Amino acid sequence: MEHMLSLFVRSIFVDNMIFAFFLGMCSYLAVSKTVKTAFGLGIAVTFVLLVTVPVDYALQTYVLGPNALVEGVDLTFLAFILFIAVIAGIVQLVEMIVERFSPSLYASLGIFLPLIAVNCAIMGASLFMQQRVTMEPTNAQFIGGFGDAIAYALGSGIGWLLAIVGLAAIREKMAYTDVPKPLQGLGITFITVGLMALAFMCFSGLNI
Amino acid sequence: MSKLFSEENKAAFSNPLNLNNPIAIQVLGICSALAVTSQLKPAIVMGLSVTVITAFSNVIISLIRKSIPNRIRIIVQLVVVATLVTIVSQLLKAYVYDVSVQLSVYVGLIITNCILMGRLEAFAMQNKPWPSLLDGIGNGLGYAWVLIVVGFVRELFGFGTLLGYNVIPKFLTDWGYTNNGMMVMPAMSLIIVGCVIWAHRSINKEEK
Repeated sequence: MEHMLSLFVRSIFVDNMIFAFFLGMCSYLAVSKTVKTAFGLGIAVTFVLLVTVPVDYALQTYVLGPNALVEGVDLTFLAFILFIAVIAGIVQLVEMIVERFSPSLYASLGIFLPLIAVNCAIMGASLFMQQRVTMEPTNAQFIGGFGDAIAYALGSGIGWLLAIVGLAAIREKMAYTDVPKPLQGLGITFITVGLMALAFMCFSGLNI
Repeated sequence: MSKLFSEENKAAFSNPLNLNNPIAIQVLGICSALAVTSQLKPAIVMGLSVTVITAFSNVIISLIRKSIPNRIRIIVQLVVVATLVTIVSQLLKAYVYDVSVQLSVYVGLIITNCILMGRLEAFAMQNKPWPSLLDGIGNGLGYAWVLIVVGFVRELFGFGTLLGYNVIPKFLTDWGYTNNGMMVMPAMSLIIVGCVIWAHRSINKEEK
């Protein structure tokens, strides 16, 4: 339980998907113009993470890992194809659910909902999970069960949500500032994210 | 022969290198561009891997583009890309193991690199194999040069080395020159990419 809590807090602040690993940058930069849509996308990403990471964890433990399916066979090299298939399927499902229950959110997310399938944060979380399964159990990043996998997924999702809402709020304010012409839009956004990442670095020495 | 190198084909190859650069203009594939560029060598290996995968997946999808049902095209594309990435990842593990450890999950994340999906959707689905090959190589190299520039700057100022060789002359260090540890931090890559985009846009505006 204690380990789950520390995993959760660590993945929000220390191993933040955006500021420590730069995962999910494409949609992060493109959808962070207003706080409302940014929040919607953040929720969608968190939800998809919460479903895909435990499913991929089950695949890793019972099918892919060394000696998992057949004694003496290591199928880890198949992970890329299996993980992406699971993610694409689940995203399709989430898309249908959102369209049914919240048409306004569906309309505002537009093309970015199906694109969650190719959002690096989702795939990245599954691949990091695969790495962490093989770590020493004493390591703070170790994932050793479904509880850990869920805590990690939830933490990563909330970390991503926090980052995108923060950037969207800054960009809403920045619309009124006088930025040099060639730097406008993308350039200044990058530098802003860089400064936010610097601020988040203060968590990196945190030991929970 | 002249048909193979017509104006259109040349444009398919050279546009992404500069005017339509995947990172600076199209804003695709940012995640890996930021994460692997703390040194020059992983940046070069990553750039080459992406070039190879983009070129081959473009050709394969272009060859089978008429027989892919429109509804499931994303899944087909993902499977082709995932297979190629698996092959490249195994090759990297076999021949340049130390770099593949450094790149860690980012090799797998080539699958979700937006450049690949973007080029497959926008180009390979409508064009013949030969222009698709040129387009793939062009986009891959356009991505690679930004990576190499960022990797060059970060390794030179962060470690004082290039490709692992010390390039800072000794008399400079005697005068009190020290490496800038900030450059090694993830946050700096965002700011450098921001500056590259800034420079790129102001140069291209002058040309117009």
